[in-house]
This record gives sequence, structure tokens and C-alpha cells, in this order.
Amino acid sequence: MSVDAATVRKIASLARIATTDQEVEAMVPELNNILGWIEQLSEVDTAGIEPLAAVIPNTLRLRADQVTDGGIRDKVLANAPQAEHGFFAVPKVIE
Amino acid sequence: MTALTDLTVAGIRDGVRDGAFSAREVAEAFNAAVAGAKALNAFIVETPEHALAAADAADKAKAEDNLKPLSGVPIGMKDLFATAGYQTTAASHMLEGFVPPYHATVAAKLFDAGAGMLGKLNLDQFAMGSSNETSYFGNVISPWRRNDGGNAPLAPGGSSGGSSAAIAARIVPAATGTDTGGSIRQPAAFTGISGIKPTYGRCSRYGIVAFASSLDQAGPMARDVRDCAILLEAMSGFDAKDATSLDLPVPDWEALLSGDLTGKRVGIPREYRVEGMPAEIEALWEKGIALVKDAGATVVDVSLPHTRYALATYYIIAPAEASSNLARYDGVRYGLRDLPDGANLQDMYAATRADGFGPEVKRRILIGTYVLSAGYYDAYYTKAQRVRALIARDFERAFETCDLLLTPTAPSAAFALGEKNADPLAMYLNDVFTVPASLAGLPAMSVPAGLDAKGLPLGLQIIGKPLDEQGVLDAGLAIEQRAGFSARPEAWW
Repeated sequence: MSVDAATVRKIASLARIATTDQEVEAMVPELNNILGWIEQLSEVDTAGIEPLAAVIPNTLRLRADQVTDGGIRDKVLANAPQAEHGFFAVPKVIE
Repeated sequence: MTALTDLTVAGIRDGVRDGAFSAREVAEAFNAAVAGAKALNAFIVETPEHALAAADAADKAKAEDNLKPLSGVPIGMKDLFATAGYQTTAASHMLEGFVPPYHATVAAKLFDAGAGMLGKLNLDQFAMGSSNETSYFGNVISPWRRNDGGNAPLAPGGSSGGSSAAIAARIVPAATGTDTGGSIRQPAAFTGISGIKPTYGRCSRYGIVAFASSLDQAGPMARDVRDCAILLEAMSGFDAKDATSLDLPVPDWEALLSGDLTGKRVGIPREYRVEGMPAEIEALWEKGIALVKDAGATVVDVSLPHTRYALATYYIIAPAEASSNLARYDGVRYGLRDLPDGANLQDMYAATRADGFGPEVKRRILIGTYVLSAGYYDAYYTKAQRVRALIARDFERAFETCDLLLTPTAPSAAFALGEKNADPLAMYLNDVFTVPASLAGLPAMSVPAGLDAKGLPLGLQIIGKPLDEQGVLDAGLAIEQRAGFSARPEAWW
């Protein structure tokens, strides 16, 4: 599988990264080089092999349904580029 | 008397305890060393006041006979660990100016154990890189130089390149690192120091800027194996804030250290003899085999048949997880916001991320987005997870006939800055020996074992069974005791 400029633009848009035509042009061969190389995995016979998600056997824990943290709104907002009235502020979404 | 900055973590701890010197003297010596080594660019932020405050607390604790395990020991903190009140950037423009309101669990554990912080160490941006050339804050320069008189600036390895350079230059006695595909071990090998990545789940990931969550593990980097054991004890332990944290007691690794490998079987994986391996790396490996035999181990030939697919597997899984993890940088809650005139929310996301991420980070996000996108998910991501299962199974089978594995850490000595960054793929290949253990979540460490013809350090890697950090540390110690590695870079900075 290989990517062309249109595909790179689409991926960049999915990833919400603005790109210039020049950047896209440079990325096409770079990504194809990497994708061509990872293509080698198709040689491996993985019939009947379950995908590995957890490397060390571990069980997900449950905890009591209690509030253990919170009440730190100002700390949470302290690093916001724009905080107003105790909220994160963003450009107008609905006209 | 030995210069205070030449002391190991154990030496500082014991000296403060025995009253040979004060913790404040130690902190002042290292603060001065840090201030005098700006040419290395190892630090993004220096925090001498933190080191001094911890030192004063240690001296007070000494007077009150109330010393903690790391009282008096100042360390460097990779700038991937959140530190309350201190800028934490992951070496990115995206997080420039970000001051976390909380500590990463590992950082908090080290501070609670009495350690002070000399500063936040430079790294590859979001820990993505093998040479420390992707940092927004500039390259870290290795303190080492080739003996050919050329003085070409060398890579300290990556991504924990600030950590490795600072330790090798003796401006910090030890530092934290993180390892996703080799980011502790490869820089340790490049700079002639030791570093261990423990079993996945030993150290909490809480508060570590996430790269690839199923692979990321914190670990210590230091000048010797004992120091690694001391620090790993302080850093490890269950943390309810990390869903993959292992709920197990932390062993007394330091107290149990032994360089006697009698009865141990050390496996030599034949697939690690890769094509084009430099003769010097082969020779180093042979030397390592002789050293572990001398320590009482028997050496057995083992096979890890899927080794050659590990890198390709890694470069699907790690970017996939990264593209998901780095989706959080959207210019809303923290970090950079780039809001062009008249831009809407979507434009703001795209502009912020275009401006805030460097080229290698973007490359990996795009690869990850592609392999996870509709129609390609099974062909790439699920396939890689299946091959990952086979790689883990290879290790399980090998460990039926041996206790530990011995390999070179990296396929070469440190390369010069700029030598490999034109081709991303050439850079990725540098992780060939470290990535398989990461994929399988196994403990692994690098110890210095010799120099190449140009006078640069080379490292050997020991890989252990899950949770057998003790076996890994013991084999590391056995090599350290016998290799007699004492080279250090001559100060030019």
C-alpha cells in the first residue's frame, strides 16, 4: 500500500495538523518509505495468533465508587490558554 | 579526596550518612557543575534551588538521625516527568511554559525518598528519537569525542539524551529516564553509563507525558549497576493512578545484588547477529560471553525467530498509540494555542498542532493515524499486535532453556549529530536490539563494556524474564566487575 498527496492531506486532516503543499510533497516519499518497510509484516504467518494487548498479565481493578479527587478547578484551569468564568474558552462553534 | 561530583549515588548517600561531607556541599558541587556545562545543552531548565532545599532537609535529617534512602542525593529529571511548579515540556514547543500542578508518581517517590532535583533534562521531542536531535530546545551534545581529533559533536543517544550526557559528564550522579523502544538503554550505551528499563508496570506511568502507553516504562540511569538498583527501588511500586501498574512488593534489589552467576544460564540469541554488524560489536559480544562465563554462568544458544520483524511491529504500534495519546494537544486545556485571525475551532486545532509539533512527531502521528484509519486497521495495527504476540512467545520459549539473554545494546557506537537524521528509517534501525524486549515488556539493562577503535563506549544488554530485575542487575554487575570499564570523557565543555 502506498500513499499519494491526496491521502497525506486526508490523514493530516484527520490528525488535525495543518500542512502546506510543500510539506505534503515532502511527506509522500517519506511515509511511503516507512510504509513500504513495515509492509514486511505481511510475510509473517499469524494464523490463529491472538493480537497482544497486554504484555504482562494483569487484571483491571475495580475501586469503590467514591469521589477521590476534585475541588481543584483553578488548578485545572491554570494552564489553559484561555479560561473564562471558570471554563475553558474556545472560538465560537455555533453561529 | 575524590571530587564530590565523581561520587556515585551510593557514595553520596553513605558519605552524607557517615558525616564525610554535608548534603549541601554535594548539592553545591553539582549545581556548579551543571552551571558550567551549558555547552552540552543537557538541561531545559536548571533547578539549583530544589537541589539545595532537598540537601538542607537531608542535613537536618542527618542531625535528627532520620535519613531517608536518597537523602543528600541530587538527580536530574528527564523533562518528560511532570514536576509540580516546574516547567514540563517533553522538549516540545507544544508544552513550552506548561507548569504542572502535580508531580508524576515516580518524581514524587524520588522526592519523598529524599532526592533533590538539579534540573529538567533535555530529550527527543515527546521521547521520539534516538539521537536527541528532535528537541525543540536544541540538540544535546555528548560529552564524548572521537579520538581522531575531529571533534565532531556526537549524539548522546535518545530519547533520554540529556540524562545520558549529564551522567557521563558527571554533572549529575544519576537521572530518570523513560524507555519506549530503547530510550534508556541506547543512550546509556552511547555514553558509557548504565540504565535499566524494568518490567512493564513496575514504575507508574502517572504524570509521565505519554508516548506509546503499552510500551512506556520509566527507569533509572546512573554510572553503575548498584546505583541503578538503589534508584529503581525508590521509583518502583504500585500506583492506583496507573491502570497498568503492577500490585507487587518492590524487592530489595540493592541488598540482594550479587555478581556471582553460578547456576545461571545465559542465552545468546542467534538472530541478533544481524547482517553488517561491525566487527567491534561482535568482539564486544564475545567479550561479554566470556565475562558471564567467568562469573559462573553457562552459555546456551537460543533462537528468537521473529526478531527481524520487531522493528516494523514497533513502528506500527508506537505511532498508532502516539497518534491517539497526542490527540490531547488541542490548544484548549493546556499548552500552545495558535488562533489565526478569524479562525474557527477546527482551524485552531490544526494550526496549533502544526505549530506545536516538530517534524518527527508529525511524521509519527501521521503514520499512526494512517495505520489506525478505516480500511487499514486490520492490515497494519491488528497484524502488528499479532506479530507482537509471536515476539513475546519467542522470549517465553527461549526462557525455557535460559534465565537471561545477553546481546549488544546498539548496532554501533555513538554517531555524529546530523549523520543519520536525513533518513528517518536509518535512525529507526538503531533500535534493532532494544525494541524486542520493549514489545514483550521485559526488564532489560545496558552496561558499558568496552570502547571502540575511536575511543567511544559500547554497551551490552541483558534481558530478563518478567519481574526478574534482580537477575538482570546481577548479570549487569557481573559484567561491570569484570569489564573494568573506567573510561570517561575528557572535559571540553
